[in-house]
Amino acid sequence: MRNIWIICRKELSSYFASPVAYVLLTMFGVIFGWFFWNNLTFFVVEGMEMQMRGQNFPMNVNEQIIRPLLSNVGVIGLFFIPMITMRLFAEEKRSGTIELLATSPIRDLEIIVGKWLAALILYACLLLFTALNFAFLFKYGHPDWKPLLIGYLGLLLEAGGLLAIGTFISTLTKNQIIAGAVTFGVCLMLLVLEWVSGYDTSTWAKVLAYMSIVTHMDSFARGVLDTKDAIFYLTVIFLGLFFTARSMESLRWRS
Amino acid sequence: MITVRNLTKRYARTVAVDEISFEVAKGQIVGFLGPNGAGKTTTMRMLTCFLPPSSGTASVAGFDVLEKPLEVKKRIGYLPETPPIYPEMETSEYLEFVGKLKGLSGSDLQKRVDYVCGRCAIADVRNKLLGKLSKGYRQRVGLAQAIIHNPDVLILDEPTAGLDPKQINETRDLIKSLAGDHTIILSTHILPEVEQTCEQVIIINKGKLVATDSVRNLRARARGAESVLVEIAGRNGNLEAPIVQHKLEQVSGVSRVLVKQQIDGRGVFEVESQKGRLVRGDLARAVVESGWDLNEMRSAAMSLEEIFLQLTQSDAAVEAKRAAVEAERAAVKEPQG
Repeated sequence: MRNIWIICRKELSSYFASPVAYVLLTMFGVIFGWFFWNNLTFFVVEGMEMQMRGQNFPMNVNEQIIRPLLSNVGVIGLFFIPMITMRLFAEEKRSGTIELLATSPIRDLEIIVGKWLAALILYACLLLFTALNFAFLFKYGHPDWKPLLIGYLGLLLEAGGLLAIGTFISTLTKNQIIAGAVTFGVCLMLLVLEWVSGYDTSTWAKVLAYMSIVTHMDSFARGVLDTKDAIFYLTVIFLGLFFTARSMESLRWRS
Repeated sequence: MITVRNLTKRYARTVAVDEISFEVAKGQIVGFLGPNGAGKTTTMRMLTCFLPPSSGTASVAGFDVLEKPLEVKKRIGYLPETPPIYPEMETSEYLEFVGKLKGLSGSDLQKRVDYVCGRCAIADVRNKLLGKLSKGYRQRVGLAQAIIHNPDVLILDEPTAGLDPKQINETRDLIKSLAGDHTIILSTHILPEVEQTCEQVIIINKGKLVATDSVRNLRARARGAESVLVEIAGRNGNLEAPIVQHKLEQVSGVSRVLVKQQIDGRGVFEVESQKGRLVRGDLARAVVESGWDLNEMRSAAMSLEEIFLQLTQSDAAVEAKRAAVEAERAAVKEPQG
């Protein structure tokens, strides 16, 4: 446990000692801010129009702002995950510092979990930016905070799975660009696998749709904690880290 | 302290290390010598548990590298060929990180960081980014991280590569001063380094062990006899080399005399004598009694460099000869078939 924390601290300090963390935070902040602004303005304009027409349509901040935005965060995050994970192992392999880690009295799994945890914490920092935006909703409206919390839990679980996959891909190469590009491709595929459910209802289509990460985000975005979906994400995390461990082992046998 | 038995590392197409066996006693400095690509780094990586051996065993301080890697790693300090530093970290931050990785904490950690900073002369760059340090400093920081947890065994892969002559001397002195408390294996292809720092040498070539012995024994072994270089000058400005040669050969104990050099009235002769016979006094007397001047007399001990070339090249020469013979045979066969 202590070793995991040592590795995690080191990764975090290298994220924040270099411009990496700040660039990611800034870009994410700007992009999410734009999403939030548009969504909010649309909500306000629609609300005023309804009032002018005299209709009394029920308006709900949770349903009409928070839920679509949380789904969007998952998609925006997709672009940032490769940038977070691509350096984790690829850089250590290129600079030779992997030799230091691998010859220290510490288990491979501790290195892997430490690095993954640091990536997850950085992602959580990105989510803090969204919380900053949502805070305005609480200032001027009365949204329900429980579904929002569950939404965040879902986002963290989803990111955890994708980050684990990214960590695994980073162990496969010395080249950060390759690690980043492959991770992005895999994450995007996992996102769009869900499309098949739009036109096909056969078993294989159901399986493909089930494997898609967005399928399982829906319930969390609605504020529903579904064990089935939580287990799906936990499985992805476990598998990603398991493959990372196997890959590190084979690294030793090969190189 | 270190025991290696038939250690082998095979890759898909090549054998990097082939059945190497050696032992290193506690407190010794051992030079690991070989041309580039001989398998030095691979052997060191197996000792540090970075690579698992294909077959054979290695143990450090009684712990097997395959069965108890964590115990071995606790007792080893390792400096790879390129110092494993993170350019975005400061020196002290980096040393603290490595110290924690190796299991130090609290005031112990601070004490060790201060100690290695002083020992490796890097106290003046404690708060500098590692990426901005010169090669010499990086190498010393690398050495500092290797000794931070006061390990029993130090494994240094070409610790002086890329340093300037002054830094090389400083690093050698540092390594020498570390011996005693630590058992040290250092690899190099610079021979004087081994002669100056190491007590024992392990020579490998193409993955095979060529020789393992103390520096002194190795010198003696390379040539069975002792040889002396003698410079002699004739009184009247001319010197008949064959006569001198003949005269020197008659000194008792001398087995062979070679004319190395002859320039107007002076000649340099290499006198080989049987092992254990001290012939210098007799040689000097013979020269003076014959009416020549004895300008210089020094022992022609083989440098380690010559020994190394002799040991590693004889293999190559044998192989080249075998290849030539095979080619000849093939050439003979062809017209018949």
